[in-house]
Amino acid sequence: MNRLRAWCLAPTASVLLTLYLAPLAILLLYTLLTRGAYGGTSLPWTIENWQRLLDPLYLVILGRSFAVALVSTLICLLLGFPLALFIARSGPRRHIWLYLVILPFWTSFLVRTYAWMFLLRDTGLINSALLALGIIQEPLPLLYNYGAVILGLVYGYLPFMVLPLYATLERLDPSLLEAAADLGARPWQTIRRVIIPLSLPGIRAGSLLVFIPCLGAYLTPDLLGGGKTILVGTLIQNQFTSARDWPFGAALSLGVMAVVMLLLMSLIRRQDEGVL
Amino acid sequence: MAHVLELKGLSKHFGEHAALDSLDLAIPEGEFFSLLGPSGCGKTTTLRLIAGFEEPSAGDVFLHGRRLNGLRPYQRNVSTVFQSYALFPHLTAQQNIEFGLRHRPGGWPGDAARRVQDAMEMLQIADKAERKPAELSGGEKQRVALARSLVLQPEVLLLDEPLSALDPNLRKQVRNELKALQRRVGITFLFITHDQEEALSLSDRIAVLNQGRLEQVGSPQELYLRPRTRFAAGFLGPVNWINGIGIRPEATQLAHAQPGGAVRALPATVENAIFLGNCIHVEARLTTGEHVVAEVSRFNGTFQRGEQVHVWWREGDELAL
Repeated sequence: MNRLRAWCLAPTASVLLTLYLAPLAILLLYTLLTRGAYGGTSLPWTIENWQRLLDPLYLVILGRSFAVALVSTLICLLLGFPLALFIARSGPRRHIWLYLVILPFWTSFLVRTYAWMFLLRDTGLINSALLALGIIQEPLPLLYNYGAVILGLVYGYLPFMVLPLYATLERLDPSLLEAAADLGARPWQTIRRVIIPLSLPGIRAGSLLVFIPCLGAYLTPDLLGGGKTILVGTLIQNQFTSARDWPFGAALSLGVMAVVMLLLMSLIRRQDEGVL
Repeated sequence: MAHVLELKGLSKHFGEHAALDSLDLAIPEGEFFSLLGPSGCGKTTTLRLIAGFEEPSAGDVFLHGRRLNGLRPYQRNVSTVFQSYALFPHLTAQQNIEFGLRHRPGGWPGDAARRVQDAMEMLQIADKAERKPAELSGGEKQRVALARSLVLQPEVLLLDEPLSALDPNLRKQVRNELKALQRRVGITFLFITHDQEEALSLSDRIAVLNQGRLEQVGSPQELYLRPRTRFAAGFLGPVNWINGIGIRPEATQLAHAQPGGAVRALPATVENAIFLGNCIHVEARLTTGEHVVAEVSRFNGTFQRGEQVHVWWREGDELAL
């Protein structure tokens, strides 16, 4: 039995080792090297790349990325929770709603982000319509700002919030909601004192699933934020392309990973202690 | 007598199906009233209509003369003990009991802490106050559920088969406690059950429901001894049907010799005798073909398989339908 298990796990384990751990090890090695003249890395060994992470310039970008990811996650939670609750309580039709939630995945994220650009730009659908109706005289600056980036992130990652929330809410015993109403709780009190506390695992899972990719997002900030919004994903990408500073790019990547890991671990610890 | 709860022409249809068909009931203050019937008879629907979880298709619910139709569950001063107890798993026993008091329209009452303490002491769960439902036994969960409802001093307490989730040994004990509790608090209990023994032993009065219709209302004695329908007779206990006349097994007598006097006696053959400890169930086949069970005492002679006997009963012991 143990032998069978080992054989079954072998493909997964080898994929993870070669495609996941090995690049990480290489990345770690890069952080300790000096940048090459045309990209790449060269000797001598140094820890300067790690020291540069503490430069206020980069700390500000990191902080800004956290803020954008946090705001996007909160908006996803505020939009996703009522939606997930609605789907979970809509009986046999809930499968249709769930299907609609994951429908956007059928097309490429890149294509969908371009669609947003067509909607939001100065000559886009929204501005043209408002101009034609005479509601505005000048196009609204809808694109190339943090608002557009957050909109894009919320749009892209909302399903990752809705699905785990739905999974916990769907398992919620309906008689608990009846009991709460029976004991005098109004609907919003039932939500606050029964539904939310009992769906914390889903809230936690959904928030992590949204927050982590939002923090490292590159495509959305780049396309919808233009050059005006430098977030950490763009910063890392720049290091490997235009800046040709692979060791610093590697240090930035691992630095963000480390912060996310620490955050995760503290969340898990608090969960074990029953705080969250 | 003042009626605390009145149902008038109460009906509930789910599509074509009538779950409850024009039910009329009036329950006086302080009564232990049971709704008895098989699953699908409409008893749980009735409870849900009173609690406000469902709206009636027709008819009215009155609580102390006040029409409840259209009011949300949290606007009705009735409380429900759910079959599965529906305790909030993230709250301790005490927090569960406090839940309703926190949502009173007037806010947390001044005497709330004492009421919670009293309820926990009355139900002997004060030492379990800090436990979560997952750490409580079935009996303890039930007490928490009862305390959670009683602490609100509802005008009617609705109990949805609260004993069915308990193991059989505990059930009888809890049954007795429930009756004592009801006498002590004096609150009207509306008890839903499919178990005729529970209904008979607990209730002041019982309503028997069948397929959404009321069969009969009466005291346990009335229902058991003077059922008006064949269904009510059969649901409250076993009946021997002989030529359209119903006789309970314990009223059915057996004799080896032809009994004298003005009694009905019918010849029969013993088919089986089952020893149950406190009594013996003798199964016999009448010469007219009917199958009869007689519950006889071991002091009234022994009956063996294949023996020729006389089945008889005293005048007036038959069920007058």
